[in-house]
Amino acid sequence: METQTPILSSVAVSTLPTRGHTARRAAQWTAAGPYVLGVAGILAALIAWELFSAFGPVSQHHLPPPSVVIPTFLNNFTFTQFWLTVGQTMWAWFLGLTLATFGGLAVGLLIGSSSLLRTGTHTTVEFLRPIPAVGLIPLAALLFGPRIGAELLIVVYGCFWIVMIQAMYGITDIDKVADDTVRTLRMTWLQRVRHLVLPTLLPYLMTGIRLAATVALILAISSELIVGTPGIGRAVAQAQLNDNPAAMIALILTSGLLGILVNLIFRFIERKVLFWHSSVRSEVAA
Amino acid sequence: MIVLKRLALWFGLPAILIAVWWAFTAQGVNFFVPKPDKLANTFVTVWFSEKFFTDVMPSMGRLLISLAVSLVLGVALGIAIGLSRTLRWLLEPLLEFIRAVPSTILIPVLLLLIGINDAMKITVIVLGCLWPILLNTIEGVRSLDEVLKNTALVYRLRGFDRIRYLVLPGASPLIMAGIRHSLAVGLILLVVSEMFASTDGIGYSIINFQNRIAIPEMWSGIFLLGIIGVLLSVVFQAIQKRVLGWYYGLKEASNDG
Repeated sequence: METQTPILSSVAVSTLPTRGHTARRAAQWTAAGPYVLGVAGILAALIAWELFSAFGPVSQHHLPPPSVVIPTFLNNFTFTQFWLTVGQTMWAWFLGLTLATFGGLAVGLLIGSSSLLRTGTHTTVEFLRPIPAVGLIPLAALLFGPRIGAELLIVVYGCFWIVMIQAMYGITDIDKVADDTVRTLRMTWLQRVRHLVLPTLLPYLMTGIRLAATVALILAISSELIVGTPGIGRAVAQAQLNDNPAAMIALILTSGLLGILVNLIFRFIERKVLFWHSSVRSEVAA
Repeated sequence: MIVLKRLALWFGLPAILIAVWWAFTAQGVNFFVPKPDKLANTFVTVWFSEKFFTDVMPSMGRLLISLAVSLVLGVALGIAIGLSRTLRWLLEPLLEFIRAVPSTILIPVLLLLIGINDAMKITVIVLGCLWPILLNTIEGVRSLDEVLKNTALVYRLRGFDRIRYLVLPGASPLIMAGIRHSLAVGLILLVVSEMFASTDGIGYSIINFQNRIAIPEMWSGIFLLGIIGVLLSVVFQAIQKRVLGWYYGLKEASNDG
């Protein structure tokens, strides 16, 4: 078994130098290919959408082609109202995520640091966690009406568990030997946190926050859509009532862009905070 | 004694919480929170009636059909994209964008395009559940074991056999992780799509109770969602244990060695 790998690869390599320029072309293609083909893929999708809109079975009014949607999408950027709407969604997202992160972190650390608490809360957590946060939408609507409180209740409930579970795993994962070493060296509480707890906890926590950031955006927009708290979700619902599919799809494109942006920002933060961690240094875990 | 202690740990906190809840609502002053016994009664009378057949069954049917469709589509596309570099480059930016769109926001558009029916809900759920499975399958296919790949090459496994005996088993741990993620997403989308536009289903019932200000009934619906969530995860874990039994065994063996 062991010997097969080198033989095969040496066969593959030995054929390369005979055709040097082909190899160079292949290398160039490896560098440029993802961009060229990526753009081609998006263009092809846009053309397919345009054609489907023109000749497909649904009416052009209900599925406007990209040649109508994209100008609407770009036009939006000049309206103050549009930026206000985006701001409202992002503000609810930010508040909800912050509250959920601090709450989840505090509770997760508390429960995670005692095995008694961990077993004691297991059944309760395992029952409460799978309740989909959107199931609470009616309750939030009754309690708060179409105000930001309703949105926050849903976002915080949904994201709290994600952060909490990760914080709990992180604090449980502390290396026993390292912990004993810390005690032998008589480190102070602060030193223990700095050199032992944080390095173990942070990777888990960052994963939790990144996941929660995406979920928070989905939950914020969902509750805007159904409860009618101000933001992108409500704007989409209104565009639907006004029978304006182009505006609707333009807003959906915006939400997709926001989703990508949130993901990029959190990946960036994760890379900066965890620059020392092996998963970032080897860049294997993409 | 150990059994007693474990029982106390398992049911201690829920019992305390229910007791607190009972004490809190005993005066009957809080309009929004029903008493536990009333809630339990309501739960039984509401959901163990014909509603089980007219609302719960359709919802679960939609969820299971959508999950099956997502699984087949996700694994098939994932294997195709994972095996071909060109296809991967072509589709990756597009997939990243579509995945980033919060799928609930597509509901109004699909409502216009398809109308209020089961096909609309199934499309919404599939559009949400597909991505975790698809992306995990791609990742699983790409991270196949080098030695196994070369072995398959030496044995001249091609076409269907290669996929059946090399690609699918190799990618299955990641595929299962993707499915677990899509279960949660699927339940969310099911509820939202039924809340937004539907004539039956659990989500529709809950929002209907809210509109009629039937508070205990509404709470019982939220509880039902919790129970379904727990059931789904229990069933999934049992399936995962069976499907990935060989994998856990392998990992244990390699850890021991």
